[in-house]
Amino acid sequence: MGKNGAAPSQAHVVGASLPRIDGYAKVTGAAIFADDIALPRMLFGKLLRSPHAHARILSIDYERALRHPGVVAVAVGGDLPARYGILPSAQDETVFAIDKVRYVGEPVAGIVAEDELAAQQAAALIEVRYETLPSVMSIDEALLEVDGSGEKIHPESRKANNVHKEVHLTFGDLDAGFAAAERIFDDEYFFEGNTHAALEEHSAIASFGADGKLTLWSSTQTPHYLHRVAASVLDLPASRIRIIAPPVGGGFGGKTEPVAHELAAAHFSRKTGRPVKFTLSREEVFYTHRGRHPVRIHLQTGIRSDGSIAACRLQTWLDGGGYGSYGVATTYYTGALLPVTYKMGAYAFDGCRVYTNKPPCGPKRGHGTTQPRYAFESQLDEIANALGLDAGAYRAAIAIDPYSRTINHLRVTSCGMREALSAVAERTDYSEKHGKLAPGRGIGLAASAYLCGAGLPIYWNPMPHSGAIVKVDRGGGVTVFCGTSDCGQGSQNMLAVIVAETLGIDILDVSVCAGDTDLTPVDLGSYSSRVTFMAGNAARSAALDVRERIAAAAGAELNIAPDRCVFERGRVFDRDEPERALSFVDAARAAEASFGTLAGVGSYTPPEDLHGDFKGSGVGPSPAYSYSACVAEVEVDFETGEIRVERIVLAHDCGRALNPAIVEGQIEGSAYMGMGEALMEESAFRNDLHRIPNLLDYKTPTILDTPRIEAIVIETEEREGPYGAKEAGEGPLNPVIPAIANAVADAIGARIYATPITPERVLQALDGTTGKLRLRAPVATRTA
Amino acid sequence: MLRLPTFDFQPARSVEHAVALLAVHGNDALPVAGGTDLYANMKLGLFAPRLVVGLRSLTELRRISFDSQHGLRIGALCSLDAVARDSAVMAHYPALARAAAMVGTPEIRNMGTIGGNLCLETRCNYYNQSAEWRKAMGHCLKRDGDICRVAVHSPTCKAINASDTAPVMLAYDARIALVGPNGERSIAVRDFYQNDGAHANVKRADEILTEIVLPVPTSGTRSTYRKLRLRNAFDFPLVGVAVAVATDADGICTQARVVLNAVGSAPLEIVAAESLLLGTHLRGESTADAAEEVFKAGKPLENANAGLLYRKRMLRVLAQRALEDVVRPLH
Repeated sequence: MGKNGAAPSQAHVVGASLPRIDGYAKVTGAAIFADDIALPRMLFGKLLRSPHAHARILSIDYERALRHPGVVAVAVGGDLPARYGILPSAQDETVFAIDKVRYVGEPVAGIVAEDELAAQQAAALIEVRYETLPSVMSIDEALLEVDGSGEKIHPESRKANNVHKEVHLTFGDLDAGFAAAERIFDDEYFFEGNTHAALEEHSAIASFGADGKLTLWSSTQTPHYLHRVAASVLDLPASRIRIIAPPVGGGFGGKTEPVAHELAAAHFSRKTGRPVKFTLSREEVFYTHRGRHPVRIHLQTGIRSDGSIAACRLQTWLDGGGYGSYGVATTYYTGALLPVTYKMGAYAFDGCRVYTNKPPCGPKRGHGTTQPRYAFESQLDEIANALGLDAGAYRAAIAIDPYSRTINHLRVTSCGMREALSAVAERTDYSEKHGKLAPGRGIGLAASAYLCGAGLPIYWNPMPHSGAIVKVDRGGGVTVFCGTSDCGQGSQNMLAVIVAETLGIDILDVSVCAGDTDLTPVDLGSYSSRVTFMAGNAARSAALDVRERIAAAAGAELNIAPDRCVFERGRVFDRDEPERALSFVDAARAAEASFGTLAGVGSYTPPEDLHGDFKGSGVGPSPAYSYSACVAEVEVDFETGEIRVERIVLAHDCGRALNPAIVEGQIEGSAYMGMGEALMEESAFRNDLHRIPNLLDYKTPTILDTPRIEAIVIETEEREGPYGAKEAGEGPLNPVIPAIANAVADAIGARIYATPITPERVLQALDGTTGKLRLRAPVATRTA
Repeated sequence: MLRLPTFDFQPARSVEHAVALLAVHGNDALPVAGGTDLYANMKLGLFAPRLVVGLRSLTELRRISFDSQHGLRIGALCSLDAVARDSAVMAHYPALARAAAMVGTPEIRNMGTIGGNLCLETRCNYYNQSAEWRKAMGHCLKRDGDICRVAVHSPTCKAINASDTAPVMLAYDARIALVGPNGERSIAVRDFYQNDGAHANVKRADEILTEIVLPVPTSGTRSTYRKLRLRNAFDFPLVGVAVAVATDADGICTQARVVLNAVGSAPLEIVAAESLLLGTHLRGESTADAAEEVFKAGKPLENANAGLLYRKRMLRVLAQRALEDVVRPLH
């Protein structure tokens, strides 16, 4: 039913580009983000951060800070000694550093005061004495054995150097594959680290009630994981903690793990009995980071005479920063998804993540798959050129088939990669243009694949990945409760679409209550592009659960079998005689009269046959994969090296588009973000410090730098997805970066083997002063 | 988030009032016009005035007038957007319109003033950082320290003059009016700046810049401003080149100004390049030679958002292109 009891204007919500339900509040400024929350008697917090990249903490004296006017409390490492980390295997952080610091910007103490300025000024009065240690600022340095003058970043780690994690996996007979190859392409690449640059700086507000219960609002993508970690670090029963995720002003992976300020807010609220807010400055967001790992890549691909891939060996070295974060998963991800796009005869992957004295790296949109995808699609471009093949047709010829298994045993279901490839090639006349444009102009193509949710949870458990409750009110209003966090991707709207479609009602008659651990069943969070697939399936199943009772009651009223009931346009009617009908409201009332309070529950657990059985097989499997293809056109100024991206055409197989406008928005955002990573963004360091921790100097494209973006929605029918849907949030980003790299190579006749592709690098390539990257000595890190 | 330190704010009732407040409070007071530079710097802890004297109330400093006898007079409080869109500026001083339109973003051009842009704090990526960052890196000559981080042996601060309009004003031989307790003085923009990033202009703490006067350009003058930046908005110049040339009826160059910004703490006039242009037809060889002089004279350092070798190399390209801009319509 519409607002005034009018029937919805269309029979189906799925597939319609309706305005998103949370759009009204966001566009008008009415939406309440975390930092908008203000509670009576609220205190403001500030973290004191380390000025040293690697140092032992000798002493902390905060007496002067405590005496500063307005200051209420101070806390240091010993006050919250519990170690935590997002992965069970990497419990290596504390809220405030204990004994030593591992990057400039690491929290060392916290302070709360009556206002933010007092907290900021008093933090500077805390005196910390350090003994500095030699810092490790690059992959090369981290691979060296630590000698007597140094100290490992994590002294307890088993290796003699600063390696955090090594992975070695082989599928098929690699030697035979390379032996069968007619040509072997052997290249090295470097993908620079970068950050999420979400508009909203992280914010958390904690309120510890007199009843001993904690409520914590936080701009988090993963309220459930925050719930678990808060319970453990604060040593409180989870049943006494309520986590609420307000609308998040952009996440991109930067808000997917609990970090210091959230736990500090909770600690201080408990200690002071007053609400406490921490909102990070932009500079602090750069230190909190968890952004894209810098990755050095060595890629060897053996090609048979027909162009098919006989063997591929990928080696990656990840610069992890000071702590584990998601890094073990990231390391696996650099290798796991490469075979999801193309058939390979054999595949070997060696990954190595190192600790360095930089802010910890973690997941950013495309999590670990973006860097090797850039390398692989760049090399495929060279292979196609060398073989005299059209880059699009070549990729289509070696593409993975729908409903097949990859060389690393991953189950592939629907796959629209060939359709995406031909869509972008045809839209741009790629084949007519590539290699034939005027000097300085270039066109490039690339493809990719991504998860629709990690097939396994971050901590092992046999429970569902997502749950939903759908409650029907006597007035016909329907509320869906689900633990999702909307970081702008549209998960609120997605839940409403699924429930409105299932119950045949107007989308505005659905309210969504999400991201509140007191009110909503668990959803694991907004990461790995899992929400549409998993929470969508849970919500659909909950809606079907309640629909069954409504159908039974309506069937009884209409004297028909329940399975003849059709739910559409706010009515419940007979499939065979549509004039036999009840309004949805009357049907719901009849159902409540018959069955009592009307609510349905549903949950989703991924199937178990998604992957092989080997150590490490848990990273990479997903119930489905999305596929994307991109063509970029660029113009390069030979004198200044400046690159102008003129056009990005990006096609994405999202299964069925639940709301095509939102899918297009995700595709456009991916094109924009990918372009920034390709051309500008870099986590740059100088003398152990982040060189440019602000959004003036850290370059992301402005709208004036952003080209025409053409989003093409490729629809496949994903059997296991909710109404056939897959994902659109992360996958479309991946092909953009290599497409631009390939376009630049086409434009200047030389390849740049590193990101970002800056004007300086373009000129160096044109001068012939840089060519292929060559790795230096410590490359051979395979364990003996 | 970063908070502004506490301070008193007093709007000026008149130029004299503003000057009196500044004179009384000395180094404890700073004037503010648009605030796009000052408040950001205050958040970073670079300035902590006890009193901020607001100049926006001085509406008499928001006028632009032009006449063919005296040239252009711009009140210092005119917004950069107003300058960029003014019909007399566009007609007679196109390089100024162009430079003003290339500052920052539309929001900054709406708030930021022409006087403020000429007084823009010199910039350096060792300096425009938070108090915590600067403490971690170690302080520098410009603020709290005793060495220059970018040129450790330099006795003076090497922060960059990043004002887009300053080199243009110099190319137009503009003068500015400074009003202090002892009245008004007029100085050439050329003499306003000094090549010390920590003391980048000669304005005294108790003076305010009230007006900019640009002489009527010699007939046949052509001018432009070229700015290199990594993005098409927001960014300060990596290097910039302002050019103004006048030619006689035969197309012979009679006046030439070539001025760089962002390569030092003051706009840098390249007299050697100008000499090469004077008396020529401004064709290929003379402009290429002039561009070469620009390349040789400009010495950027490693304190902006691109490498110094790249910025130096771009000086030649920008100078060449700027000269082509002003020459092209002549032939």
